[in-house]
Amino acid sequence: MIEAPDLSLAALTPLLFVFGAALVGVLVESFAPRHVRQPTQVALALVGTVGGFVSTLLIAGRSEVTAGGALAVDGAGLFLQATIAGLAALSILLFAERGLDPAKSAFVASAAVPAGSPRDRELLTDERVQTEVYPLATFAVGGMMLFVAANDLLVMFIALEVLSLPLYLICGLARRRRLLSQEAAVKYFLLGAFASAFFLYGLALVYGATGSIRLSEIRESVSTDGTGTLLVLGLGLLIVGLMFKASVAPFHTWTPDVYQGAPTPVTAFMAACTKVAAFGAILRLLYVAFGTADWTWRPLVYGIAIVSMVVGAVLGLTQTDVKRMLAYSSIAHAGFLLTGVIGLGGGTGSGLSATLFYLLAYGLTTIGAFAVVTLVRDGDGEATQLSQWAGLARRSPLTAGVMTFLLLALAGIPLTSGFTGKFAVFRAAIEVGAWPLAVGALVTSAIAGFFYLRLVVLMYFSAPAEDGPSVGVPGLPTTIVLAVTVAATLVLGVVPGSVLDLADRAATLVG
Amino acid sequence: MSDFPWLLAMIAVPAVGGAAVAALPRGRDAAAKQVALAVSGLVLLLAVLATVAFDTGGERFQLTTSVSWIPAFGVDFALGVDGIALVMLLLIGVLVPVVVIASWADTGPEGRSMKAYFAWLLVLEAMMVGVFAATDVFLFYVFFEAMLVPMYFIIGSFGGPRRQFAATKFFLYSLLGGLVMLASVIGLYVVSNTELGEGTFAFDALRQLDIDPGVQKLLFLGFFVAFAIKAPLVPFHTWLPDSGAQAPIGGGVLLVGVLDKVGTFGFIRYCLPLFPDASRTFAPWILGLAVAGIIYGAILAMGQTDLKRFVTYTSIAHFGFIALGIFAFTAEGGTGAVLYMVNHGISTGILFLAVGMLISRGGSARISDYGGVAKKAPVLAGVFLVAGLASLALPGTNSFVSEFLVLLGSFPTRPVFTVVATVGIVLAALYVLLVVQRTMHGPSRGVVVDKPFPDLRRRELAVVVPLIALIIGLGVYPQPLLALIDPAVAATMTDIGSDPAGTTPATAEQGAN
Repeated sequence: MIEAPDLSLAALTPLLFVFGAALVGVLVESFAPRHVRQPTQVALALVGTVGGFVSTLLIAGRSEVTAGGALAVDGAGLFLQATIAGLAALSILLFAERGLDPAKSAFVASAAVPAGSPRDRELLTDERVQTEVYPLATFAVGGMMLFVAANDLLVMFIALEVLSLPLYLICGLARRRRLLSQEAAVKYFLLGAFASAFFLYGLALVYGATGSIRLSEIRESVSTDGTGTLLVLGLGLLIVGLMFKASVAPFHTWTPDVYQGAPTPVTAFMAACTKVAAFGAILRLLYVAFGTADWTWRPLVYGIAIVSMVVGAVLGLTQTDVKRMLAYSSIAHAGFLLTGVIGLGGGTGSGLSATLFYLLAYGLTTIGAFAVVTLVRDGDGEATQLSQWAGLARRSPLTAGVMTFLLLALAGIPLTSGFTGKFAVFRAAIEVGAWPLAVGALVTSAIAGFFYLRLVVLMYFSAPAEDGPSVGVPGLPTTIVLAVTVAATLVLGVVPGSVLDLADRAATLVG
Repeated sequence: MSDFPWLLAMIAVPAVGGAAVAALPRGRDAAAKQVALAVSGLVLLLAVLATVAFDTGGERFQLTTSVSWIPAFGVDFALGVDGIALVMLLLIGVLVPVVVIASWADTGPEGRSMKAYFAWLLVLEAMMVGVFAATDVFLFYVFFEAMLVPMYFIIGSFGGPRRQFAATKFFLYSLLGGLVMLASVIGLYVVSNTELGEGTFAFDALRQLDIDPGVQKLLFLGFFVAFAIKAPLVPFHTWLPDSGAQAPIGGGVLLVGVLDKVGTFGFIRYCLPLFPDASRTFAPWILGLAVAGIIYGAILAMGQTDLKRFVTYTSIAHFGFIALGIFAFTAEGGTGAVLYMVNHGISTGILFLAVGMLISRGGSARISDYGGVAKKAPVLAGVFLVAGLASLALPGTNSFVSEFLVLLGSFPTRPVFTVVATVGIVLAALYVLLVVQRTMHGPSRGVVVDKPFPDLRRRELAVVVPLIALIIGLGVYPQPLLALIDPAVAATMTDIGSDPAGTTPATAEQGAN
């Protein structure tokens, strides 16, 4: 007789909400008539993500291990789940924008048609929309929320797959520039499969070394038996797998191509939510399982952080495409986030709360920035070439102003959330004595400042191009997203007190 | 009267004013100017009233306002001024309305609306007041960095032909310096956290920390690099000639007159009291840079062909004098340096404005395009001469008092550096008089012949007359400013005079340690 594991349903409400919405979405996709699908799917996805967000808030303060020890519901986990669900809801709003593309959707109606074929060209202007992107994205959100709550390596791996597979698919759904989009999907899939293999191999080694896949048991084994080569090797492989998802250099090579090729709303979704989820898992793994033996990962993470900041900042300088530039910015920010991870300092530092805050702040700002990218369009869809943005401030002062503000936030200028976040993670790093890392991070911030500034220079100080792009009038969904992200970026920069307190109180991990 | 939040008002009024100007409908440039003038006039009034409310014999920091801002970081929105900060606020109060009037007839490049220019000017004023009035190091840092944004747009949108390059260079240099300082700011917080048990950014608490000498050196260098870029000291200066030459005249006045003073202000407010041991250790090196700057700036000023670049190089020489006075560690030197900061704001301000008036008539910034201006525009030539004489510190002008005090104050402790710096005075006479001679005297030539060259208009007189009055007034009777500056400098000197072993500094707050 197999005993059913204990399930604290209350603690799992957020997950149940999101997965429930995704499953209903599949049913709707199969059985509802075509004309009701779009509104129903949007509503369902929003109900799922917003419901997930609200229910995390309702059960805030819980701290328990449930589902037979497979899941940990704790302060940090709930904070991350709320962040993921909230950011996902904003992304879903971007998915649902119908006013910008002349064909009323950023997604292709029939993804399997060969790119460039006559049928494919027909699809460009076809107003038929396909809605499988909503349940797929909702599944990915569920996977991400599971990922940050996983208390055992196998569940973590399953969550990794649940979040990744739908993402591989929806990267290939761009309505325009189909080849680029398909290339992005294939590239992401192939490299993602490699990363999963790394993770799985690491899992096996860690299991071999400690005899357990449960994070808490690994910790016990580490503190009683010490660490052997096998364990350190396994941990290294696990870190590689996770860093891949977090688009940290040197595991970043997919990021620029995928960010560029994927439909921009999906890029926004990945840049914000995947990053949060991956860092959530990194924090949990390093803190719960290896927090007592931080010498095993500190040198590795230290080095990776520097590489990621330098690669992101320096290669960002050479980009000529807005989406690729933001991709490199995301790589640099991953490096900054890792300084917060270094600030964990064996559990005593303020690194955990700082990283939580940074993830929230960065996610909001980056979704806003990609939302602006969806607005600037020419006859062939979005105008993502940097040169096309020249003189944008003349054409649309508001759009340029919003983008400038968000870019200043990404650059970490005071009175924006970016500065508060950077301050928090750098403080955490310096507190544990990693000041060379913090100084390096600050210098790379200055380098990264250059490419954000380049876009500002183009928008404000350059003469507009003759056949420049037009700025689309955003519909209600995109307007909401822009308003929320800009307001949040400002508020978290000017009066961040209450959110910092919240992150501080949430900074507990059980296991 | 001292309960009124003067400093908060001096930040809020221009900030709200700037937002109001920005919110004006497109094309309402005239209204923008009027609002900007009214708002900056009001700030001047507030600055004067705040000075009246300030008690020169009272506590070190007065007119204080403090509310908790980010409790998680121990940050307070804390404002307060000592005499040093107060005279800088007065300088800001005077210069901004002058700049607004001076920019009245400016037109933007490529037909840009000037509305944004005046909005940015007011925002800049709010930030500048904040940076001098902050008594919380975090808040200081926030204003220090945020101040870049308005100046960036002023240079980048309204500057000369190479404005994109200049604006970017300005922003990146300052950003790099600021970020290095941020590392030190955080480091200071961490030190306070271990020493006091609770992290703080309050200047008064940080001043009394006993920081390990090795750590002090690192933290000092972080602050120093930021301030040396800002001030700027040689070899951190290369951004200034580009920015100054490309900035619109009004922006240039504020850039050289006020923004750069944040660097020297930072030396005396933060570097010296917070890191006394490190300041002593590095002083010879910094004095070396200062004196090198005096000579280098003077020699390069002589070689300039562009009027605006000429003014920025004279400023680099002057910043050398200010740094010399500060790092001589004497009361006279410090007082002279602070007075120099004010006087330089006025004398370089008027020199920049006079250059702007020349350029607006001749349409060229090249020195060789001008000659014999005195014949066609005698009043303008006279103003240029007065500005030049103030710049070379002729006795009777304001700069003489401060330059003399600096040299007097630094000679007892640093005779060698002082003697070398004195050579700079001779060079200053050379570079100023050469330019005056080339442009103002001799036969009319170049654009002076080609273009109608009217003398000063009434609006332009309104710009220069108050500044000339200040030059003469402060040259003859600097006492009111000295009365404000002296106690603050004395308090700073007590801070660094404290025993290097870290016993309590001999200040009124001894008990708190």
